[in-house]
Amino acid sequence: MELLRIEHLSAGIEDKELLHSVSLTVGSGETHVLMGPNGAGKSTLGYTVMGSPEYHVTGGKIFFEGADITDESADRRAKRGIFLSFQNPIEIPGLSLSDFLRNALEQVTGRRIKLWDFKKQLRDAMDVLQMDPVYAERELNVGFSGGEKKKAEILQLLMLKPKLAILDETDSGLDVDAVRTVSAGIAAYRAKCGGSLLIITHNTKILEALDVDRTHIIADGRITAEGGAELITEINRCGFEKYTEN
Amino acid sequence: MKQKTQVADIDRSLYDFRYEEDATDLLASGITPEIIREISEEKGDPDWMRDFRLHSLEIFAKSEMPPWGPSVEGLDLDNIVTYIRPKSRMNTDWNNVPENIKETFERLGIPQAERESLAGVGAQYDSELVYHNVRKEVAESGVVYTDLESAMHDPRYAEMIRTHFMKLVPPTDHKFAALHGAVWSGGSFVYVPAGVRLEIPLQSYFRLNAKGAGQFEHTLIIVEDDAYLHFIEGCSAPKYYEAGLHAGCVELYVGKRATLRYSTIENWSKNMYNLNTKRAVVAEGGRIEWVSGSFGSHVSYLYPMSILNGRGAHAEFTGITFAGAGQNLDTGAKIVHNAPETSSHIDTKSISKGGGISTFRSAVTVAEKAVGSRSSVSCESLMLDSISRSDTVPAMDIRTDKADIGHEAKIGRISDDAVFYLMSRGLDEQSARAMIVSGFADNVSKELPLEYAMEMNNLIRLEMTGSIG
Repeated sequence: MELLRIEHLSAGIEDKELLHSVSLTVGSGETHVLMGPNGAGKSTLGYTVMGSPEYHVTGGKIFFEGADITDESADRRAKRGIFLSFQNPIEIPGLSLSDFLRNALEQVTGRRIKLWDFKKQLRDAMDVLQMDPVYAERELNVGFSGGEKKKAEILQLLMLKPKLAILDETDSGLDVDAVRTVSAGIAAYRAKCGGSLLIITHNTKILEALDVDRTHIIADGRITAEGGAELITEINRCGFEKYTEN
Repeated sequence: MKQKTQVADIDRSLYDFRYEEDATDLLASGITPEIIREISEEKGDPDWMRDFRLHSLEIFAKSEMPPWGPSVEGLDLDNIVTYIRPKSRMNTDWNNVPENIKETFERLGIPQAERESLAGVGAQYDSELVYHNVRKEVAESGVVYTDLESAMHDPRYAEMIRTHFMKLVPPTDHKFAALHGAVWSGGSFVYVPAGVRLEIPLQSYFRLNAKGAGQFEHTLIIVEDDAYLHFIEGCSAPKYYEAGLHAGCVELYVGKRATLRYSTIENWSKNMYNLNTKRAVVAEGGRIEWVSGSFGSHVSYLYPMSILNGRGAHAEFTGITFAGAGQNLDTGAKIVHNAPETSSHIDTKSISKGGGISTFRSAVTVAEKAVGSRSSVSCESLMLDSISRSDTVPAMDIRTDKADIGHEAKIGRISDDAVFYLMSRGLDEQSARAMIVSGFADNVSKELPLEYAMEMNNLIRLEMTGSIG
């Protein structure tokens, strides 16, 4: 079943158009990979689908479960079940990870959650990611290492259980062990919620544990190639050169 | 029935119908020794207090308006002081309280009883009960907690009051201290004997409501050697007074190795000029800890001062100021290091929004003899839009090179990235912003008792939705 459909989407920041008529469809329960060289528009696509006010849609439409969400605010999209794991998660001083998550969870699900139940869920999710429980009471992302921030993003993914998770370079800057832990978290999300994934990456390590349904190559703001998992192997061998226009 | 001193509102349109007659009577007369004598007589002051009032009045008449800080031009002192009449009363009918203030109470969830006592009717009894419950527990340890007038007439404390009252903040300090000396009324007296450590905090909120204490209340606290007290002042709710001026005075005496923690949340109605003076003197090894939240008022001047007079004395000041539309809040702290190895730490946050102006003013003085002293000052400001203002005015006067002094200031805005980040997790924009601001204020709310911390977060939320004020 179709979950996300992007139709001829053009978008940019200020006056500069960064995506040119991009079309892409992600079905329910599928795992998609979006690859491309630096500056190709990968993150722009992620941010635009999530509804960042910084990016302006100049053409085309975004549909989620058949509804046109092109003009919706980010929180509305989150409530529909879209999630973006940030490449550089933002530090929020004075807001504890657990207070934040409980609030977000109540907003996304639209119902109150008992503290006891919440704490249990949180503990379980932190176990999967081998996170020290003290992180729950720490200020959101403040003073977290790069790896800890990424784990905290995946923790949010496990707790919020979205229908579609867009992971923006979640593996970048992580050591081998951290990549393994984060991959385990993503696998747990797939296993538990059966949600769809749109993974933005240069790196293929994080994909090893996942069955990739479809790969999209983006260059200069355009989708230049699409294929199955085999495309990843080819990119690994030959790079993006063949898929960039110049 | 207890009479009370009352001054009229700046925006008198709400109350003119109540005061019309008096106003025409008194407008021309101004504040006079005769009126002060009248107040003094109504209150049954001892002679020394009557003389003190009259002397303060002389100083008031001679002294100038403060030459720094926000303008107090809107404050028509001649007009205000002519309204000081022991016979006028607080608004006793809840129905006469303006709609927006009622609404604030509703939304803050202040219980009916408190609202009624605030308006000065029957529920005063409820407040008294709360107070007596506390007093009974506390009295067993020899702690005295009463109103200043009663203490002044009690032979056990009369001398203590006479030797401490306005000795830390003399009427010569500034014009409004002089005014306070002349017309003060109501307030608390707390005495904690040596070695007594009071685990539960004392709160002045109910007391003030119960007695209908006014805008010139005086708080005098003496904490003897090795004792501990946490005192919470004011306002778990926005107080509403008819008057436009608050010139209270707080004097705190902290003994050797004693600790006094003094927490306040001020949320005056937004027509108030809050010209409040607070001062503590700390003996050897003692500690003063201020926790201060300033939300309300039209104009505030508030810089609690700690005088560290004994070796190793310590002062800590944690404060937050939230200036919304039409507010000019000039707040900060002063520390005087007057003995060796004293230490102080000032940590403040200020938020300005909707054109509000928030100024942080600190003054750290280190005397020549205060060798080995340490002081650190940190202030952070958050401006929520481009029409608001935030200023930092740190002053330092260091008379010894054997001291360790640090200062840090940061001014910032809410980042769009942070708002988007929280929104991408399902929080609507307003909640996302409120959450960021609450987080910014977290260092203060952490220091407050739970119910006050919740209150403060409620206030922030209210301010952020922009529906009051």
